[in-house]
Amino acid sequence: MTETTVTPERPLVVEESETRPGFIGQNVPRKEDKRLVQGEGVFFDDMKRHEMGFVHFVRSPYAHARIKGVDVSKALELDGVYGTLTGDEVAILTDPFFELSTPPGAHIKDYALAVGKVRHVGDPVAAVVARTRDLARDAAELVEVEYEPLPTVLDGEDALKDEVVLHDDAASNTVWSGTFDWGDFDAALADADHVVRIERLHFDRFSSTPLECSGCLVEFNRGTGQWTIYGNHQMPGVGAIWMAPALRVGLDKLRFVSQDIGGGFGNKITLHPQFTACCLLARKLNRPVQWTEWRTDQHTANTHGNERTFLDITVPVKADGTMLGFSVKAIDDCGAFPRYEPLGCIIWAQVTPGCYRWRNVRVDFTQVCTNKSPVAPNRGYSRMQHLWLTERIVDIVAAELGLDPIGVRKRNYVKRDEFPYETPNGCIYDSGDYARCLDIALELIGYDRLEDKRRDAESRGKLFGIGIGSTLDSGTNNFGQSMILNPELQFSGNNEVATVKLDIFGEVVVTLGTVPQGQGHETTTAQVVADILGCTPDDINVRAGHDTYWNSTAGFSGTYASQFAVTGLGAVKGAADKLAVEMKQLAAAVFGCSPDDIELAGSQARIKGNPEAALPFMALGAILNANNAGLPEDLDVTLNVRYVYRPPFQKPDLERKYGNLTLTYATQIHACAVEVDPETGVYEIVDYAAVDDCGNRIHPQIVEGQVHGATAQALGAATHEIFTYDEEGNLLTPNFYDYHVPHALDMPPMKNGFIESTSPFTPLGAKGMGEGGGAGIHAVCAALQNALGKRGEGPIVWRSCNPYHRVWEMLQQPADTRRLVSVESR
Amino acid sequence: MDAKVTVNGQTYERDVEPRKLLIHFLRDDLDLTGSHIGCDTGNCGACSVLVDGVLVKSCMMLAVQADGATIETVEGLAQDGELNTLQQSFSDHHALQCGYCTPGMLMSATALLRDNAHPSEDEIRKGIQGNICRCTGYVNIVEAIRAASA
Repeated sequence: MTETTVTPERPLVVEESETRPGFIGQNVPRKEDKRLVQGEGVFFDDMKRHEMGFVHFVRSPYAHARIKGVDVSKALELDGVYGTLTGDEVAILTDPFFELSTPPGAHIKDYALAVGKVRHVGDPVAAVVARTRDLARDAAELVEVEYEPLPTVLDGEDALKDEVVLHDDAASNTVWSGTFDWGDFDAALADADHVVRIERLHFDRFSSTPLECSGCLVEFNRGTGQWTIYGNHQMPGVGAIWMAPALRVGLDKLRFVSQDIGGGFGNKITLHPQFTACCLLARKLNRPVQWTEWRTDQHTANTHGNERTFLDITVPVKADGTMLGFSVKAIDDCGAFPRYEPLGCIIWAQVTPGCYRWRNVRVDFTQVCTNKSPVAPNRGYSRMQHLWLTERIVDIVAAELGLDPIGVRKRNYVKRDEFPYETPNGCIYDSGDYARCLDIALELIGYDRLEDKRRDAESRGKLFGIGIGSTLDSGTNNFGQSMILNPELQFSGNNEVATVKLDIFGEVVVTLGTVPQGQGHETTTAQVVADILGCTPDDINVRAGHDTYWNSTAGFSGTYASQFAVTGLGAVKGAADKLAVEMKQLAAAVFGCSPDDIELAGSQARIKGNPEAALPFMALGAILNANNAGLPEDLDVTLNVRYVYRPPFQKPDLERKYGNLTLTYATQIHACAVEVDPETGVYEIVDYAAVDDCGNRIHPQIVEGQVHGATAQALGAATHEIFTYDEEGNLLTPNFYDYHVPHALDMPPMKNGFIESTSPFTPLGAKGMGEGGGAGIHAVCAALQNALGKRGEGPIVWRSCNPYHRVWEMLQQPADTRRLVSVESR
Repeated sequence: MDAKVTVNGQTYERDVEPRKLLIHFLRDDLDLTGSHIGCDTGNCGACSVLVDGVLVKSCMMLAVQADGATIETVEGLAQDGELNTLQQSFSDHHALQCGYCTPGMLMSATALLRDNAHPSEDEIRKGIQGNICRCTGYVNIVEAIRAASA
């Protein structure tokens, strides 16, 4: 524990007295900003190529239908149309993308375009390429598709019945199912003084909806058979693993390039079907093709976050409020295609007991397909749904047993002196102090004046509620968890790359393997390198963006799953450390002394205690690169270092589904106060606090920015954002009119606090963070529960998204949800 | 149809399809790619520009409607490579992350501050109500505009 600070007024521009030695920990100006505030960023849609064609996908108007025929002839007759692609061609030219799951999911056949059937509204059936965007859209209207509509299944529980089956090859809607059983749940049940049962909870469908839609510009080099994909895929290493075998080419034939990306949030991890279609078109038409997703397409057919139903939740509780664990049946609705999603069947297990010391957990988990948009990782991916469950459990148990939700949390939280803490399934929570974070959140929100606030609200005819959301942001995956899903998968551990070189004019150049989308990687990288090499961040040129041909990528390269501060900066530190050694070796060779006598400072390599004997970086770069005659033959330095950071992971025990699944656990504790109008269900968040603990903060401003943004997304998801379908499978919220994301006036005043619990496991003591916003959903649900219900009476908040009409319904018909909960006291 | 516009002080004349949106004209025909597109429905504000001094979502206007107009975009804010006060304030206060909404946000803030040199926090929030940001929760954007107006 290095520091505890509360920042209610948020002095974002840090005063000099607050800074630490070195650049790590300081709010240095972001390197990315100068181009971005001048409109000089380069996003994929900003790029043009001579004679490029624009792609428009022809999409299904049906949620489920057999494709009887596709006729593109009229489209091809339109002047300015360059060509088309259909599912029949795709089925001949490519192999299905590989599936992660064991059977039945393993048998699903997923192609770049729909083959034989469409399985959700917006499923792409064909693609048209034309001289302009508008022409491509016109031509798409002329493609005639004959459909035979089929019955649909739109609900996860209904899908389990297999009365309507999406994937005939799989012969079932079930993708994957498994039972996780840790500790001794039956003994815990027998030992309980109270057993609280919750019949049903439901986590709703939403997504982070990045403002920049998906897309790419693809060029095909006929001479080498190589594609260059300028796009916004945020995990190109895995994208290539999907695409190359499907296209029947080697991995190196796919070059992914990005500079600036307009937000990702996980929604840009499964772009391989669309990108594959564009690769086929670029090759077929022998011209560059450009695809920019329309906003409506992103909402209907890109990716949503997982929708999850929790059934038969059983919670054994001791008389003093100690909870012994829980059991649950979870049904995860992944939409029409699982793609990345089977991993979501395991990833929640990174945070099995939430923030709590629960030792007995039994989860029966099933993932199913439905006729809705496919889902993909979405900020907080899979853990958010599970942590929402743990928080609903705590609040419902507290409310039903008449316990203080603060006291119950503190009683059940993992304690500060218990870290590193091993969970029942073998995950190691690295560090933290949850109770302290909660205290700071309560202080920020003025919890000691709670009753005054309640009385004040009630005097105005409002219902008042306060709620806590505790959450963990587990970061740096051990991909070995995929083997729990499917033992045949050959994935485990994790890695990331950085390359640091000292160039001929003394310029330090850093090349990352990551694919940033606003996280400030250029800036934090420069801070780390500057501290190691004894120079300033201004001296460091961090290349913007990603290019697989920079030879600075590894199998898991990308920007996802809260890990840059660990894997990305771990690689940067490793490379810079090695470069520093080489620079000292070179300087020692020049001076004829030992490398131990050399120090790097002031952008020089110099002999300790003799500042006159100094070689500026420029001299070092020039000597090695251009003036190296006479250097010792055995001097083995290149001043160009590639380093792969590999976290210390073991493969999990597959039989017990047991092992360390992530390296770090950042903490977020949020507190929220709401006032509800009992006549209308309209409510307002009147106070809000977010406390974050991500270990050592490299750049506090960037950390706070992530907290703000994740919280805003959570508040949107808690209050308004929901992908709603009608009975025929039409999405009713396909644009920003109907899908209301928070605007500036929607955001409550936010107070922020933090502590820093150094991670003992990471190169810089930092933890990945940025996905902790789920706490906002938990906190709003808890506050509504507190406002609407009393012990043993009133409604139960059982869904994650609670727009005003749902609150009104709960107020009107409290018995409808009240019956979901029962308590057995012994 | 012919469209003649002056953008950031430079005059352009192009033959455009009548249905072409102003944002596509700026981005595709004039190569001014600083203004962005985040939706198809006029909700997100990433394409906000000033047309004859009036804040406009350029996806909600045809290029031919702008014929004869003077247009200001994000590319015109900095002078001689020096960020203006508002741009510098956005950087100082970490009011941008991915930077995709930023050009539109800056243009809305520019319009706001021309009308009201010292807006209250509520007025700032109203001023950028037409601009969606998915990264920042608006906290630092509001702060940056406030600081730039001080």
